[in-house]
Amino acid sequence: MDKTQNQAYEEFIKGIWRENPVFVQVLGMCPMLAVTNSAINAFAMGGATFFVLVGSSFLVASFKNLIRKQVRISSFIIIIATFVTVADYTLEALVPTVHKELGAFIPLIVANCMILGRQEAFASKNTISMAVMDAIGMAAGFMLALLTLGSVREILGNGSLFGVDLFGPDFEPWIIMILPPGGFLTLGLILLVFNWFTVKKAQFIDKVAAAERSSS
Amino acid sequence: MDNLFWIFISALLINNFVLAYFLGLCPFLGVSGKLDTAFRLGLATTFVLLITALCAWFLNTYVLIYAPYLDLISFIVVIASTVQFIEMLIKKFSPTLFRALGIFLPLITTNCAILFLAISATNRGYGLAEGLVFALGAGIGFTLAMVLLAGLREEAELSDVPALIKGTAMNLIIAGILSMAFMGFAGLFSST
Repeated sequence: MDKTQNQAYEEFIKGIWRENPVFVQVLGMCPMLAVTNSAINAFAMGGATFFVLVGSSFLVASFKNLIRKQVRISSFIIIIATFVTVADYTLEALVPTVHKELGAFIPLIVANCMILGRQEAFASKNTISMAVMDAIGMAAGFMLALLTLGSVREILGNGSLFGVDLFGPDFEPWIIMILPPGGFLTLGLILLVFNWFTVKKAQFIDKVAAAERSSS
Repeated sequence: MDNLFWIFISALLINNFVLAYFLGLCPFLGVSGKLDTAFRLGLATTFVLLITALCAWFLNTYVLIYAPYLDLISFIVVIASTVQFIEMLIKKFSPTLFRALGIFLPLITTNCAILFLAISATNRGYGLAEGLVFALGAGIGFTLAMVLLAGLREEAELSDVPALIKGTAMNLIIAGILSMAFMGFAGLFSST
Protein backbone atom coordinates (compact mmCIF):
# COMPACT_ATOMS: atom_id res chain seq x y z
CA MET A 1 0.00 0.00 0.00
CA ASP A 2 2.79 2.33 1.00
CA LYS A 3 4.61 1.51 -2.20
CA THR A 4 1.71 2.41 -4.51
CA GLN A 5 1.22 5.62 -2.59
CA ASN A 6 4.84 6.49 -3.12
CA GLN A 7 4.55 5.72 -6.79
CA ALA A 8 1.40 7.81 -7.14
CA TYR A 9 3.17 10.70 -5.45
CA GLU A 10 6.12 10.23 -7.79
CA GLU A 11 3.85 10.34 -10.89
CA PHE A 12 2.29 13.50 -9.54
CA ILE A 13 5.45 15.36 -8.66
CA LYS A 14 7.39 14.61 -11.84
CA GLY A 15 4.92 16.61 -13.93
CA ILE A 16 5.50 19.73 -11.91
CA TRP A 17 9.24 20.04 -12.18
CA ARG A 18 11.43 17.23 -13.51
CA GLU A 19 9.28 16.47 -16.57
CA ASN A 20 7.42 19.75 -16.71
CA PRO A 21 5.47 19.63 -20.00
CA VAL A 22 6.41 23.16 -21.03
CA PHE A 23 9.88 23.90 -19.67
CA VAL A 24 11.39 20.44 -20.16
CA GLN A 25 9.37 18.67 -22.84
CA VAL A 26 8.45 21.87 -24.76
CA LEU A 27 4.92 20.64 -25.49
CA GLY A 28 1.69 22.55 -25.71
CA MET A 29 3.37 25.75 -26.77
CA CYS A 30 0.53 27.24 -28.78
CA PRO A 31 -1.98 27.88 -25.99
CA MET A 32 1.01 28.58 -23.75
CA LEU A 33 2.00 31.67 -25.70
CA ALA A 34 -1.32 32.74 -27.14
CA VAL A 35 -3.38 33.18 -23.98
CA THR A 36 -0.76 34.33 -21.50
CA ASN A 37 -1.09 38.07 -22.08
CA SER A 38 -2.82 38.28 -18.70
CA ALA A 39 -2.74 36.13 -15.59
CA ILE A 40 -6.52 35.64 -15.49
CA ASN A 41 -6.62 34.26 -19.05
CA ALA A 42 -3.72 31.99 -18.22
CA PHE A 43 -5.63 30.72 -15.19
CA ALA A 44 -8.79 29.98 -17.19
CA MET A 45 -6.78 28.19 -19.85
CA GLY A 46 -4.97 26.17 -17.19
CA GLY A 47 -8.27 25.20 -15.60
CA ALA A 48 -9.81 24.07 -18.88
CA THR A 49 -6.70 22.08 -19.78
CA PHE A 50 -6.69 20.50 -16.32
CA PHE A 51 -10.26 19.30 -16.77
CA VAL A 52 -9.67 17.94 -20.26
CA LEU A 53 -6.41 16.20 -19.40
CA VAL A 54 -7.65 14.52 -16.23
CA GLY A 55 -10.96 13.53 -17.82
CA SER A 56 -9.47 12.04 -20.94
CA SER A 57 -6.67 10.27 -19.05
CA PHE A 58 -9.32 8.65 -16.88
CA LEU A 59 -11.37 7.49 -19.87
CA VAL A 60 -8.38 6.33 -21.91
CA ALA A 61 -7.02 4.34 -18.98
CA SER A 62 -10.42 2.73 -18.41
CA PHE A 63 -10.86 1.77 -22.07
CA LYS A 64 -7.28 0.81 -22.79
CA ASN A 65 -8.11 -2.89 -23.29
CA LEU A 66 -11.00 -2.15 -25.65
CA ILE A 67 -9.17 0.23 -27.99
CA ARG A 68 -7.26 -1.50 -30.78
CA LYS A 69 -3.74 -0.39 -31.53
CA GLN A 70 -4.40 0.72 -35.11
CA VAL A 71 -7.18 3.13 -34.22
CA ARG A 72 -5.83 4.36 -30.90
CA ILE A 73 -4.83 7.88 -32.01
CA SER A 74 -8.24 8.58 -33.54
CA SER A 75 -9.99 7.17 -30.47
CA PHE A 76 -7.88 9.35 -28.15
CA ILE A 77 -8.61 12.42 -30.27
CA ILE A 78 -12.36 11.78 -30.17
CA ILE A 79 -12.30 11.31 -26.39
CA ILE A 80 -10.32 14.54 -26.02
CA ALA A 81 -12.61 16.42 -28.41
CA THR A 82 -15.63 15.35 -26.36
CA PHE A 83 -14.14 16.72 -23.15
CA VAL A 84 -13.11 19.93 -24.89
CA THR A 85 -16.64 20.44 -26.19
CA VAL A 86 -17.93 20.06 -22.62
CA ALA A 87 -15.31 22.53 -21.30
CA ASP A 88 -16.06 24.99 -24.10
CA TYR A 89 -19.82 25.10 -23.44
CA THR A 90 -19.31 25.18 -19.65
CA LEU A 91 -16.98 28.18 -19.83
CA GLU A 92 -19.31 29.95 -22.22
CA ALA A 93 -22.17 29.51 -19.78
CA LEU A 94 -20.26 30.39 -16.59
CA VAL A 95 -17.76 33.09 -17.57
CA PRO A 96 -18.76 34.52 -20.96
CA THR A 97 -16.23 37.40 -20.83
CA VAL A 98 -13.21 35.14 -20.31
CA HIS A 99 -14.55 32.72 -22.89
CA LYS A 100 -14.78 35.54 -25.41
CA GLU A 101 -11.23 36.66 -24.73
CA LEU A 102 -9.77 33.18 -25.09
CA GLY A 103 -11.67 32.95 -28.37
CA ALA A 104 -10.74 30.01 -30.53
CA PHE A 105 -8.12 28.80 -28.11
CA ILE A 106 -10.52 26.76 -25.98
CA PRO A 107 -11.52 24.52 -28.92
CA LEU A 108 -7.82 24.38 -29.81
CA ILE A 109 -7.12 22.43 -26.61
CA VAL A 110 -7.99 19.43 -28.80
CA ALA A 111 -4.80 20.08 -30.74
CA ASN A 112 -2.63 20.52 -27.66
CA CYS A 113 0.08 17.96 -28.26
CA MET A 114 0.75 17.65 -24.53
CA ILE A 115 -2.66 16.04 -23.94
CA LEU A 116 -2.40 13.55 -26.79
CA GLY A 117 1.19 12.86 -25.75
CA ARG A 118 0.16 11.90 -22.20
CA GLN A 119 -2.56 9.55 -23.51
CA GLU A 120 -0.12 7.85 -25.87
CA ALA A 121 2.85 7.74 -23.51
CA PHE A 122 1.19 7.09 -20.18
CA ALA A 123 -2.57 6.69 -19.79
CA SER A 124 -2.90 3.93 -22.39
CA LYS A 125 -0.32 1.80 -20.56
CA ASN A 126 -1.11 2.31 -16.89
CA THR A 127 -3.84 1.75 -14.33
CA ILE A 128 -6.64 4.26 -13.90
CA SER A 129 -5.37 5.69 -10.63
CA MET A 130 -1.79 6.12 -11.91
CA ALA A 131 -3.07 7.72 -15.12
CA VAL A 132 -5.16 10.20 -13.15
CA MET A 133 -2.25 11.05 -10.84
CA ASP A 134 0.02 11.57 -13.84
CA ALA A 135 -2.60 13.75 -15.52
CA ILE A 136 -3.05 15.88 -12.39
CA GLY A 137 0.71 16.35 -12.10
CA MET A 138 1.17 17.27 -15.75
CA ALA A 139 -1.81 19.62 -15.70
CA ALA A 140 -0.46 21.28 -12.54
CA GLY A 141 2.93 21.70 -14.19
CA PHE A 142 1.24 23.21 -17.24
CA MET A 143 -0.79 25.54 -15.03
CA LEU A 144 2.39 26.58 -13.20
CA ALA A 145 4.07 27.44 -16.49
CA LEU A 146 1.01 29.32 -17.77
CA LEU A 147 0.75 31.35 -14.57
CA THR A 148 4.48 32.17 -14.55
CA LEU A 149 4.41 33.41 -18.11
CA GLY A 150 1.04 35.14 -17.71
CA SER A 151 2.11 36.99 -14.56
CA VAL A 152 5.46 38.13 -15.99
CA ARG A 153 3.81 39.39 -19.15
CA GLU A 154 0.94 41.11 -17.36
CA ILE A 155 3.20 42.78 -14.78
CA LEU A 156 5.63 44.11 -17.38
CA GLY A 157 3.16 44.80 -20.15
CA ASN A 158 0.29 46.25 -18.19
CA GLY A 159 1.65 47.01 -14.71
CA SER A 160 -0.96 44.84 -13.06
CA LEU A 161 -1.54 41.30 -11.82
CA PHE A 162 -4.93 39.56 -12.07
CA GLY A 163 -6.29 42.97 -13.06
CA VAL A 164 -5.01 44.67 -9.87
CA ASP A 165 -2.84 47.71 -10.53
CA LEU A 166 0.63 47.26 -9.02
CA PHE A 167 2.79 50.27 -9.75
CA GLY A 168 0.42 53.23 -9.92
CA PRO A 169 0.11 55.74 -12.75
CA ASP A 170 3.83 56.53 -13.08
CA PHE A 171 4.64 53.11 -14.51
CA GLU A 172 5.32 53.10 -18.22
CA PRO A 173 4.03 49.70 -19.47
CA TRP A 174 6.17 47.68 -21.85
CA ILE A 175 3.44 47.21 -24.43
CA ILE A 176 5.62 44.77 -26.38
CA MET A 177 5.24 42.24 -23.58
CA ILE A 178 1.51 41.69 -24.13
CA LEU A 179 1.94 41.66 -27.91
CA PRO A 180 2.98 38.44 -29.70
CA PRO A 181 6.79 39.08 -29.69
CA GLY A 182 6.70 39.44 -25.90
CA GLY A 183 5.38 35.90 -25.60
CA PHE A 184 8.29 34.43 -27.55
CA LEU A 185 10.88 36.54 -25.75
CA THR A 186 9.54 35.88 -22.25
CA LEU A 187 9.32 32.14 -22.78
CA GLY A 188 12.81 32.14 -24.31
CA LEU A 189 14.20 33.92 -21.26
CA ILE A 190 12.35 31.66 -18.82
CA LEU A 191 13.78 28.62 -20.62
CA LEU A 192 17.23 30.17 -20.29
CA VAL A 193 16.81 30.50 -16.53
CA PHE A 194 15.50 26.93 -16.39
CA ASN A 195 18.51 25.66 -18.36
CA TRP A 196 20.83 27.60 -16.09
CA PHE A 197 19.34 25.96 -12.99
CA THR A 198 19.63 22.51 -14.57
CA VAL A 199 23.26 23.06 -15.54
CA LYS A 200 24.15 24.46 -12.10
CA LYS A 201 22.49 21.50 -10.42
CA ALA A 202 24.36 19.01 -12.61
CA GLN A 203 27.64 20.77 -11.81
CA PHE A 204 26.83 20.71 -8.10
CA ILE A 205 26.10 16.97 -8.20
CA ASP A 206 29.35 16.36 -10.11
CA LYS A 207 31.28 18.39 -7.57
CA VAL A 208 29.77 16.49 -4.62
CA ALA A 209 30.54 13.19 -6.33
CA ALA A 210 34.12 14.28 -7.01
CA ALA A 211 34.58 15.42 -3.38
CA GLU A 212 33.23 12.07 -2.14
CA ARG A 213 35.59 10.18 -4.42
CA SER A 214 38.66 12.16 -3.31
CA SER A 215 37.82 11.87 0.40
CA SER A 216 37.37 8.10 0.29
CA MET B 1 -12.07 40.57 -55.45
CA ASP B 2 -10.71 43.25 -53.15
CA ASN B 3 -12.03 41.33 -50.21
CA LEU B 4 -10.29 38.11 -51.27
CA PHE B 5 -6.97 39.90 -51.70
CA TRP B 6 -7.32 41.43 -48.25
CA ILE B 7 -8.04 38.05 -46.68
CA PHE B 8 -4.96 36.60 -48.40
CA ILE B 9 -2.55 39.35 -47.33
CA SER B 10 -3.96 39.43 -43.83
CA ALA B 11 -3.46 35.68 -43.32
CA LEU B 12 -0.05 35.75 -45.01
CA LEU B 13 1.63 38.68 -43.28
CA ILE B 14 -0.34 40.74 -40.80
CA ASN B 15 -2.00 37.94 -38.90
CA ASN B 16 0.65 35.37 -39.73
CA PHE B 17 -0.53 32.16 -38.09
CA VAL B 18 2.80 31.39 -36.46
CA LEU B 19 4.20 34.77 -35.56
CA ALA B 20 1.04 36.63 -34.59
CA TYR B 21 -1.41 33.92 -33.51
CA PHE B 22 1.07 31.39 -32.09
CA LEU B 23 -0.36 28.52 -34.08
CA GLY B 24 1.59 25.49 -35.20
CA LEU B 25 4.51 26.16 -32.88
CA CYS B 26 5.42 22.50 -32.38
CA PRO B 27 6.50 21.92 -35.99
CA PHE B 28 7.76 25.51 -36.14
CA LEU B 29 10.27 24.82 -33.38
CA GLY B 30 10.72 21.12 -34.03
CA VAL B 31 11.27 20.78 -37.79
CA SER B 32 13.00 24.07 -38.53
CA GLY B 33 16.53 22.65 -38.25
CA LYS B 34 17.01 22.25 -41.99
CA LEU B 35 15.83 24.63 -44.68
CA ASP B 36 14.78 21.94 -47.13
CA THR B 37 12.73 19.86 -44.67
CA ALA B 38 11.11 22.99 -43.27
CA PHE B 39 10.03 24.07 -46.74
CA ARG B 40 8.51 20.69 -47.58
CA LEU B 41 6.69 20.39 -44.28
CA GLY B 42 5.30 23.86 -44.99
CA LEU B 43 4.01 22.67 -48.35
CA ALA B 44 2.45 19.54 -46.83
CA THR B 45 0.76 21.69 -44.20
CA THR B 46 -0.51 24.10 -46.86
CA PHE B 47 -2.04 21.18 -48.71
CA VAL B 48 -3.77 19.92 -45.56
CA LEU B 49 -5.00 23.45 -44.88
CA LEU B 50 -6.57 23.71 -48.34
CA ILE B 51 -8.30 20.32 -48.03
CA THR B 52 -9.49 21.25 -44.55
CA ALA B 53 -10.97 24.52 -45.79
CA LEU B 54 -12.86 22.58 -48.45
CA CYS B 55 -14.12 19.99 -45.95
CA ALA B 56 -14.99 22.63 -43.36
CA TRP B 57 -17.11 24.45 -45.90
CA PHE B 58 -18.85 21.22 -46.86
CA LEU B 59 -19.50 20.24 -43.24
CA ASN B 60 -20.73 23.70 -42.34
CA THR B 61 -23.13 23.90 -45.24
CA TYR B 62 -24.60 20.42 -45.21
CA VAL B 63 -24.04 18.75 -41.85
CA LEU B 64 -23.37 21.09 -38.97
CA ILE B 65 -26.50 23.19 -39.34
CA TYR B 66 -28.30 20.18 -37.90
CA ALA B 67 -25.85 19.53 -35.06
CA PRO B 68 -23.64 22.55 -34.24
CA TYR B 69 -22.21 20.95 -31.09
CA LEU B 70 -20.51 18.29 -33.21
CA ASP B 71 -18.25 20.80 -35.01
CA LEU B 72 -15.04 20.11 -33.10
CA ILE B 73 -15.35 16.36 -33.33
CA SER B 74 -16.19 16.30 -37.03
CA PHE B 75 -13.42 18.78 -37.94
CA ILE B 76 -10.79 16.80 -36.12
CA VAL B 77 -11.90 13.54 -37.73
CA VAL B 78 -11.67 15.12 -41.18
CA ILE B 79 -8.23 16.53 -40.42
CA ALA B 80 -6.96 13.24 -39.05
CA SER B 81 -8.07 11.33 -42.14
CA THR B 82 -6.56 13.92 -44.51
CA VAL B 83 -3.25 13.72 -42.70
CA GLN B 84 -3.34 9.94 -42.85
CA PHE B 85 -3.89 10.17 -46.61
CA ILE B 86 -1.00 12.57 -47.12
CA GLU B 87 1.24 10.39 -45.00
CA MET B 88 0.56 7.46 -47.32
CA LEU B 89 1.19 9.63 -50.38
CA ILE B 90 4.54 10.92 -49.12
CA LYS B 91 5.61 7.47 -47.97
CA LYS B 92 4.97 6.16 -51.47
CA PHE B 93 6.51 8.99 -53.50
CA SER B 94 9.37 10.22 -51.34
CA PRO B 95 10.62 7.84 -48.64
CA THR B 96 13.54 10.18 -47.81
CA LEU B 97 11.21 13.05 -47.03
CA PHE B 98 9.06 10.63 -45.06
CA ARG B 99 12.02 9.76 -42.84
CA ALA B 100 13.15 13.37 -42.52
CA LEU B 101 9.75 14.55 -41.31
CA GLY B 102 9.47 11.64 -38.90
CA ILE B 103 7.02 12.05 -36.06
CA PHE B 104 6.05 15.54 -37.21
CA LEU B 105 4.13 14.22 -40.19
CA PRO B 106 1.38 12.46 -38.19
CA LEU B 107 1.57 15.39 -35.78
CA ILE B 108 0.15 17.68 -38.47
CA THR B 109 -3.12 16.34 -37.02
CA THR B 110 -2.40 18.14 -33.79
CA ASN B 111 -1.11 21.24 -35.55
CA CYS B 112 -3.47 23.78 -34.11
CA ALA B 113 -3.17 26.00 -37.19
CA ILE B 114 -5.33 23.55 -39.09
CA LEU B 115 -8.08 23.25 -36.53
CA PHE B 116 -7.96 27.02 -36.01
CA LEU B 117 -8.47 27.55 -39.73
CA ALA B 118 -11.61 25.40 -39.72
CA ILE B 119 -13.00 27.09 -36.61
CA SER B 120 -12.27 30.66 -37.59
CA ALA B 121 -13.54 30.17 -41.15
CA THR B 122 -16.77 28.98 -39.52
CA ASN B 123 -16.92 31.85 -37.06
CA ARG B 124 -16.30 34.49 -39.71
CA GLY B 125 -18.88 32.92 -42.02
CA TYR B 126 -16.51 32.53 -44.96
CA GLY B 127 -17.88 31.03 -48.18
CA LEU B 128 -16.00 28.51 -50.28
CA ALA B 129 -13.79 30.95 -52.22
CA GLU B 130 -12.98 33.03 -49.14
CA GLY B 131 -12.18 29.91 -47.15
CA LEU B 132 -9.79 28.59 -49.80
CA VAL B 133 -7.99 31.93 -50.15
CA PHE B 134 -7.72 32.16 -46.37
CA ALA B 135 -6.22 28.66 -46.26
CA LEU B 136 -3.76 29.47 -49.05
CA GLY B 137 -2.61 32.66 -47.31
CA ALA B 138 -2.28 30.90 -43.98
CA GLY B 139 -0.36 28.00 -45.52
CA ILE B 140 2.08 30.19 -47.40
CA GLY B 141 2.49 32.34 -44.30
CA PHE B 142 3.29 29.23 -42.26
CA THR B 143 5.81 28.08 -44.88
CA LEU B 144 7.36 31.55 -44.94
CA ALA B 145 7.80 31.60 -41.16
CA MET B 146 9.24 28.07 -41.17
CA VAL B 147 11.72 28.90 -43.93
CA LEU B 148 12.81 32.15 -42.26
CA LEU B 149 13.45 30.46 -38.93
CA ALA B 150 15.18 27.49 -40.57
CA GLY B 151 17.48 29.82 -42.49
CA LEU B 152 18.40 31.74 -39.36
CA ARG B 153 18.98 28.53 -37.42
CA GLU B 154 21.26 27.15 -40.10
CA GLU B 155 23.32 30.33 -39.84
CA ALA B 156 23.35 30.14 -36.05
CA GLU B 157 24.69 26.58 -36.20
CA LEU B 158 27.89 27.97 -37.68
CA SER B 159 28.38 30.83 -35.26
CA ASP B 160 29.79 30.75 -31.77
CA VAL B 161 26.80 30.68 -29.45
CA PRO B 162 27.12 30.05 -25.68
CA ALA B 163 26.11 26.47 -24.89
CA LEU B 164 23.53 27.65 -22.37
CA ILE B 165 21.45 29.51 -24.96
CA LYS B 166 21.59 26.83 -27.65
CA GLY B 167 18.38 24.98 -28.39
CA THR B 168 14.82 26.01 -27.75
CA ALA B 169 15.64 29.15 -25.79
CA MET B 170 17.57 30.66 -28.71
CA ASN B 171 14.93 29.60 -31.23
CA LEU B 172 12.25 31.30 -29.19
CA ILE B 173 14.22 34.51 -28.99
CA ILE B 174 14.86 34.42 -32.76
CA ALA B 175 11.13 33.83 -33.25
CA GLY B 176 10.39 36.80 -30.99
CA ILE B 177 12.55 39.07 -33.14
CA LEU B 178 10.94 37.73 -36.32
CA SER B 179 7.54 38.33 -34.79
CA MET B 180 8.51 41.93 -34.03
CA ALA B 181 9.51 42.37 -37.66
CA PHE B 182 6.17 41.01 -38.80
CA MET B 183 4.34 43.49 -36.57
CA GLY B 184 5.55 46.12 -39.00
CA PHE B 185 3.23 44.69 -41.65
CA ALA B 186 0.28 45.90 -39.61
CA GLY B 187 0.94 49.32 -41.14
CA LEU B 188 0.17 47.98 -44.63
CA PHE B 189 -3.53 48.62 -44.16
CA SER B 190 -4.80 51.59 -42.26
CA SER B 191 -8.30 50.23 -41.77
CA THR B 192 -9.02 46.75 -40.52
